[in-house]
Amino acid sequence: MIKPEDKKMLLPNMSRRGFLALAASGSALAVTRPGAQAESLKTKANIVILGSGAAGTALANRLSERMPNATITIVDGRKRHLYQPGFTLIAAGLKPAEYSVSKTEQWLPDTIKWIEEYASEVDPVAKKITTASGTKVTYDYLILATGLKLDFNSIEGMDLGLVGKDGIGAVYAGPEHAEKTWQAMDAFTDKGGIGLFTRPATEMKCAGAPLKYTFLTDDYARKKDTRGKVKIHYAAHSKSLFSVPIVNEKVRMLFDERGFETDYDHVMVAIDPGKKLATFNTPDGRKDLPYDFINVIPPMVAPDPVRFSDLAWQTGKWANQGWAEVDKYTLRHVRYSEIFAVGDIAGVPKGKTAASVKWQVPVVEDQLIAQIFGKEATQTYNGYTSCPLITRVGRAMLVEFDYNNNLTPSFPGIIAPLEELWISWLMKEIALKATYNAMLRGRA
Amino acid sequence: MKDLTFDTLLAVFEEVFGVGLFWALVAVAAVITLAFLWVVLRDRHVKAVPFLRAELLAPIGAVASIWFVFAITSSGMKDMGGPIDLIVLLSIGVAGGVGSTILVYVMQSLIAKSS
Ligand SMILES: Cc1cc2nc3c(=O)[nH]c(=O)nc-3n(C[C@H](O)[C@H](O)[C@H](O)COP(=O)(O)OP(=O)(O)OC[C@H]3O[C@@H](n4cnc5c(N)ncnc54)[C@H](O)[C@@H]3O)c2cc1C
Repeated sequence: MIKPEDKKMLLPNMSRRGFLALAASGSALAVTRPGAQAESLKTKANIVILGSGAAGTALANRLSERMPNATITIVDGRKRHLYQPGFTLIAAGLKPAEYSVSKTEQWLPDTIKWIEEYASEVDPVAKKITTASGTKVTYDYLILATGLKLDFNSIEGMDLGLVGKDGIGAVYAGPEHAEKTWQAMDAFTDKGGIGLFTRPATEMKCAGAPLKYTFLTDDYARKKDTRGKVKIHYAAHSKSLFSVPIVNEKVRMLFDERGFETDYDHVMVAIDPGKKLATFNTPDGRKDLPYDFINVIPPMVAPDPVRFSDLAWQTGKWANQGWAEVDKYTLRHVRYSEIFAVGDIAGVPKGKTAASVKWQVPVVEDQLIAQIFGKEATQTYNGYTSCPLITRVGRAMLVEFDYNNNLTPSFPGIIAPLEELWISWLMKEIALKATYNAMLRGRA
Repeated sequence: MKDLTFDTLLAVFEEVFGVGLFWALVAVAAVITLAFLWVVLRDRHVKAVPFLRAELLAPIGAVASIWFVFAITSSGMKDMGGPIDLIVLLSIGVAGGVGSTILVYVMQSLIAKSS
């Protein structure tokens, strides 16, 4: 539980002016250098990290560099590391499934311990976690970096075994499923019919990805000269296509320009692969929509050990999605000051992209180290989220924004965020994976 | 992006090419540049005829480097979307042109001397 002396650390510099000054000044934020350059600190703290995805791995590398004497344990049963932003390129037929796959162990520092199991329970009062096999691991500080759970089971009739057959796609499900989705999309754009594109009503990782895949399908149909036989139908979960109003307007204009048909307030709940019908909850009740090709994107929730624990939001719009209830600037848990959440699991209003992880990791590193050494933390997270919104093969919009729905372009005046550019495509195709890998190593 | 330091940039380039290849490319570029300086110092000036010949090949270097970028990415001329795209494209061309000029000049000077 939060001790009074911890309180001042929860919102350092959080006067509005202080925060704006920080956010406005890139150089003020550039105080943390990658772990390798910062001085190493002496502590025997026992730190446990749940999850060795983008966020967990990057933090493990940075923390072990900064605090060589700390005991750092990472807990994750997944042997394969997945570079998920690559799934879109795989599902567009531009990369093979292996493009996104590497080994978890190759990214982890030798100095830490990896328990190759999933956590099944977190007890924040006793400060211990239990792994799938029943092993108990205690901690002084806990980092939640479990990512999220794709809840395909909550879509009635959906079976991942069907992906690639009968026009069913699921770009999110993994690299192999992304590759099968490409086969289905390729066949569909040869033949024509109705392409149906969906997104869930829950929080989701990379909210631009459902839009990207819609644009890519349109692009292939145009290139194959079959666009006349293809109908593109996008089912939005709410009254908008994207949560940031200015981006939403731009996407709406592009959808009109490309001749997509859009339905709002449509949340997919079931699929009938035999009849090729998808069922949606709408303000007017349940409604069936036909498809010849569909990209099923399921509801996303926190993994069970967080979702069904006191770590999750207990009230409000996220109560049943289970995201960790952390302060949105410091990423520290609001009830347990020695617990942080980083990456997709964090219950904050924006984020859930690898680009957000890159911003969040140094913040958690700074907050945690300040806490261990009784110092004042200086870094906070401003909601930075980014997503190269592909609008066709060869062009994208480099959309970047923060908690306030402000656009926060990295290259203001040079790379326009709402323009379809080749340079933004190059960022996605060449720079993104390299930057992601550098981040995993703690160097970016 | 939070901050783009030189360290970050270096780390990203190492990931794009692989550490070995990246530093090999840097070494090759450094060797060619040094060789150019050495040749110029040795001859005490840039020789007009070989330099003109090298310059005539610059457009080939420019086109080749642009072609190379298109070949290793899923993109092409049709994807140019705004002014920055053309600036980047021209910069790649200029880099290729200047690089090939220096390379060809150095090679001519070295061959001329040794034969
Ligand atoms: C199709 C697609 C396209 C995307 N495009 C982009 C993009 O263009 N740009 C961008 O920035 N981001 C993009 N993303 C989002 C990005 O990949 C994620 O936001 C990022 O991977 C989040 O990192 P993370 O560490 O929180 O989660 P992950 O990288 O998913 O890692 C979570 C880890 O936790 C482990 N775990 C789960 N449960 C447990 C447990 N109980 N115990 C222990 N370990 C557990 C998992 O096995 C996994 O290894 C995209 C994602 C997808 C799916």
